[in-house]
Amino acid sequence: MTTEVFLQSLVSGLTQGCIYALIGLGFTIIFSVTGIINFAQGEFVMLGGMLSYFLAKSAGLSIFPALIVSIIIAMLIGAVLYLMAIRTARKASVVSLIIITIGAAIFIRGIAGELWGADPVAPPYFTGDGSISVLGASIQFQALWIVGVTLAVSIVLHLFFSYTMIGKALKASAMNRTAAGLVGVNTRTMSLVAFTLAAALGALGGVVIAPLSLTSYNVGAMLGLKGFVASSIGGFRSHIVTILGGIALGIAESLTIALNWGPFTSAYKEAIALVVLLLILLMRSRKLSQEERES
Amino acid sequence: MLATLKKNRWSYLAVAAFLLLLVLLPTQLLAEKTSILILIGIYSMVTVGLCLLMGYTGQVSLGHAAFFGTGAYLSAILSTRYDLNPWLAMLVAAIATGIFAYLISYPIFKLRGNYLAMATLGLGIIIWILFRELSQYTGGPDGLSGIPNFSIGGFVFDEKLERYFLVWLFCVGALLIAQNVVGSRAGRALKGIHGSEAAAESVGINAAQFKMKIFVLGAVYASLAGSLYAHHAHAIGPNAFDFMASVMVVTMAAVGGLASIWGAVFGAATITYISQDAIVELGRSYPKLAELDVVIYGLILMLVMIFLPKGLFVSLRDALDTWRRRRAQRGAAT
Amino acid sequence: MRKWLCLLLAMFILAAAIPLAGCGESKSEEPYKIGALFAVTGGNAPLGEPEEQTVKMMEDEINENGGINGHPVDVIVYNYESDAVKCATYAEKLITEDKVVAIIGPTGTGDSLAIVDACRDAEIPLISCAAGVSIVTPTETNDKHWIFTTPQLSVMVVQRLYEYLGDQGITKIALLTDTLGFGKDGKANLNGQAAAYGITITADQTYGATDADMLTQITLIKNSSPQAIVCWGTSPGPAIVARNMTTLSMTDIPLFGSHGIAFQSFITAAGASANGVIFPCGKLPIVNDLPDSDPQKDLLTEYRDAFNAKYGNGTANTFGGHAYDALSIVVAALKNAVEETPEKINSSDDTLQTVRGKIRDYVETKVNSTGFPETGGFPGTAGVFNMSAENHNGLAMSCLVMVKIVDGKWTLVVE
Repeated sequence: MTTEVFLQSLVSGLTQGCIYALIGLGFTIIFSVTGIINFAQGEFVMLGGMLSYFLAKSAGLSIFPALIVSIIIAMLIGAVLYLMAIRTARKASVVSLIIITIGAAIFIRGIAGELWGADPVAPPYFTGDGSISVLGASIQFQALWIVGVTLAVSIVLHLFFSYTMIGKALKASAMNRTAAGLVGVNTRTMSLVAFTLAAALGALGGVVIAPLSLTSYNVGAMLGLKGFVASSIGGFRSHIVTILGGIALGIAESLTIALNWGPFTSAYKEAIALVVLLLILLMRSRKLSQEERES
Repeated sequence: MLATLKKNRWSYLAVAAFLLLLVLLPTQLLAEKTSILILIGIYSMVTVGLCLLMGYTGQVSLGHAAFFGTGAYLSAILSTRYDLNPWLAMLVAAIATGIFAYLISYPIFKLRGNYLAMATLGLGIIIWILFRELSQYTGGPDGLSGIPNFSIGGFVFDEKLERYFLVWLFCVGALLIAQNVVGSRAGRALKGIHGSEAAAESVGINAAQFKMKIFVLGAVYASLAGSLYAHHAHAIGPNAFDFMASVMVVTMAAVGGLASIWGAVFGAATITYISQDAIVELGRSYPKLAELDVVIYGLILMLVMIFLPKGLFVSLRDALDTWRRRRAQRGAAT
Repeated sequence: MRKWLCLLLAMFILAAAIPLAGCGESKSEEPYKIGALFAVTGGNAPLGEPEEQTVKMMEDEINENGGINGHPVDVIVYNYESDAVKCATYAEKLITEDKVVAIIGPTGTGDSLAIVDACRDAEIPLISCAAGVSIVTPTETNDKHWIFTTPQLSVMVVQRLYEYLGDQGITKIALLTDTLGFGKDGKANLNGQAAAYGITITADQTYGATDADMLTQITLIKNSSPQAIVCWGTSPGPAIVARNMTTLSMTDIPLFGSHGIAFQSFITAAGASANGVIFPCGKLPIVNDLPDSDPQKDLLTEYRDAFNAKYGNGTANTFGGHAYDALSIVVAALKNAVEETPEKINSSDDTLQTVRGKIRDYVETKVNSTGFPETGGFPGTAGVFNMSAENHNGLAMSCLVMVKIVDGKWTLVVE
């Protein structure tokens, strides 16, 4: 592996990894507050990208307003998902909730496919298709945006959770639902906030990567899975580890390609994320099942 | 099963009616739909294993289609590339799948709930990737074709009707064995406690062992079903065993009712009929609807789990029980 | 109470999705019934959707112009959603319930292979729209007597590309293929045919369907010093590859694509990076550049214009054309070789079987220069067909041309 290839794969891996991080944050937030794994998380990523494309194209919005509107629409859908599907199934078992969110994911994907067709589309780049060259590796402007947005989101979230009332209430619900309820936090509202926030994060990830990778109605499943792996690395609790985990995953995938080792082609790259997932789950299994028993 | 039968003469009648229906359907009532009936039998076998797992351990497996796939692929590869007798191929596939399930059950069952679900999801997808990538053996994305029929001596199962009875023979056998497992001491205890291992252990049941037994049984059932499918369809591809296939099996279990064996058949029948027949029939008259079938699928999943979490079949059965009880009470009151 | 209201609401929304259109048109006369299996949704949708649209368009046109020998035609299309299990089930439905005289489609190779045995057993002709050579290659279990296919075989497309590369003096290439069926099949053929055409492969990279960029792969490829890069896959991969090559300033290395990029959406997505990309393809994208003497020119122009008019400007593509060819062939068979009326066919299974046999025989013996001497074979969108007992595809390499994208438009490469 030459230095050039190594650096380039780091750049690509970092770019892809930031997206996993954003998606993973969504999983972490929902899970820590509500205990639910939202299988529809990946679909918000898809919605972000698709909506920004169609708003920019048909409604003629320029890029940044299109982004904001896309994210708002995704947040609304996230809220509706929580209110209509999750809250209605009160006291449902884990099995039921998993199936419900899977159903929701399939439903959203199907509607998207109906509305927008199967062809992949590319929303316009934020600031054009140029790139800079650093030590022989090319970094596209859009990639800089992705990393920048992820950084900004991390900082904003940290401030949100530490210094705002809602943020602190959310954090409290995540740490201990019962205790939070006892001190007057409305845990049902917190669940709603969690879903809406996660939808926003997912959509943001989608919006910012779509110009690079193009997007279509069925990208949600794989991206959601990768984001979930990032979340699992963070133990479904720690935001910072989720972000780092997502980036690590992206870089690991990229390095597999760079290694260029015979039989392990890019096809197996998808398997990397899953193997990592399994390893993490198994390593943490005792700790996780303890938590499950307590909840 | 016989023990449960003696309890209630209605059960005798129900089972007899079911067997009669099995014979009449492909011969008299729905002869053109024999292929679909075969598929229902195959999917029932896959679903029963999942129903047991989900109902008796409260855990969900999102990768069950992988076992269905290993049965199909192993059977196909052994009987085409290595010219193994299909029966032998099916047996080898089932044993291999069973051993595999047994080995992974150790680490997997250290997990619970969501984590177990995700682990099974990951495993299922890895296996699907292997089906797709190991082209030398599996034929890659285009799959394998020219899979031979089952045969006994000179008699070849090359007619649909013959394969129908073969498939349902296996299916009914599987259902009976499952009934047995369920009726066993461990099964009944576990059902009452619904997966609380501590409580089960306190009455002397080795819950962990029971869970693994059910998991392996479910895997073997799925493998057998996969082999039956391979030698029926004569051609298989990786996409019949992907994540969506696992979701479909979960849907069948959910619709039928977790922890209900006959519910598994009901669920398999309903979903198979909807996805293989009803949608297409409707599509002829209302083309827009056929395009929406993925959407409808998701909707069914959500609605059933939100409003009827015990599954359609079980809820119907419970409703029937409640109605009978109320009638009896009113009768007693007058 | 609230739960039931929600349920009712959901059902109402569902019911509202069903258009109030009546149940199918009642035909005053009995029609010839032709079956079609397309993957209109799912993984193969970009190929299956135009196929279905083409067939609908043709059915309307045929019926408006008096039908086949005065009888209307009913093309029964089932969307098997890229699901091989459904494909098999629906194939059987077409054969035994709908009792069609022939089946066109399916869209994909794996799906076609899933039903070749059923068609053999039912003795019904299958005119597939998939490009895998295995579909029409006889095997121990199936001699493919009843199976035909209309697209240029994928192995032949690769050969055509290699022929062109050889003419251009390009002998060292790098491969970049996707991991789905189309890309894998391409990779196998590209590797398999290389030696015969004197091509050396300096790098063999792959990419996944949801990858954001292929910069790493392309950097690896750059280091292996190929004279050209061959990218085999369907959207969005090749568009990203084209853009990445621009990002990495690889303007001196030409990019060759497959016929999988013969869509307007490739040009839209790749933008300026699409210019200079060359790919082998059927003649549809460059029909305007064909000489008037070309037997396909009028047919292609009509098809393209009709499709664009009905479904949107720039949407006509070669994949829809495969369905056009398959249906045209069946229609020709009905017109020229079948005197039995639809009433007779629909009422007697024996007649149905006879007609299926007649159609098969016609396709094998007359869809060629014997049956169509003025044009040297049966003209279609993919090429001029010359079917025979040994060749159930009937297309020669000359039906493929090299297309270059110049200023966002397809132009014919003159060789």
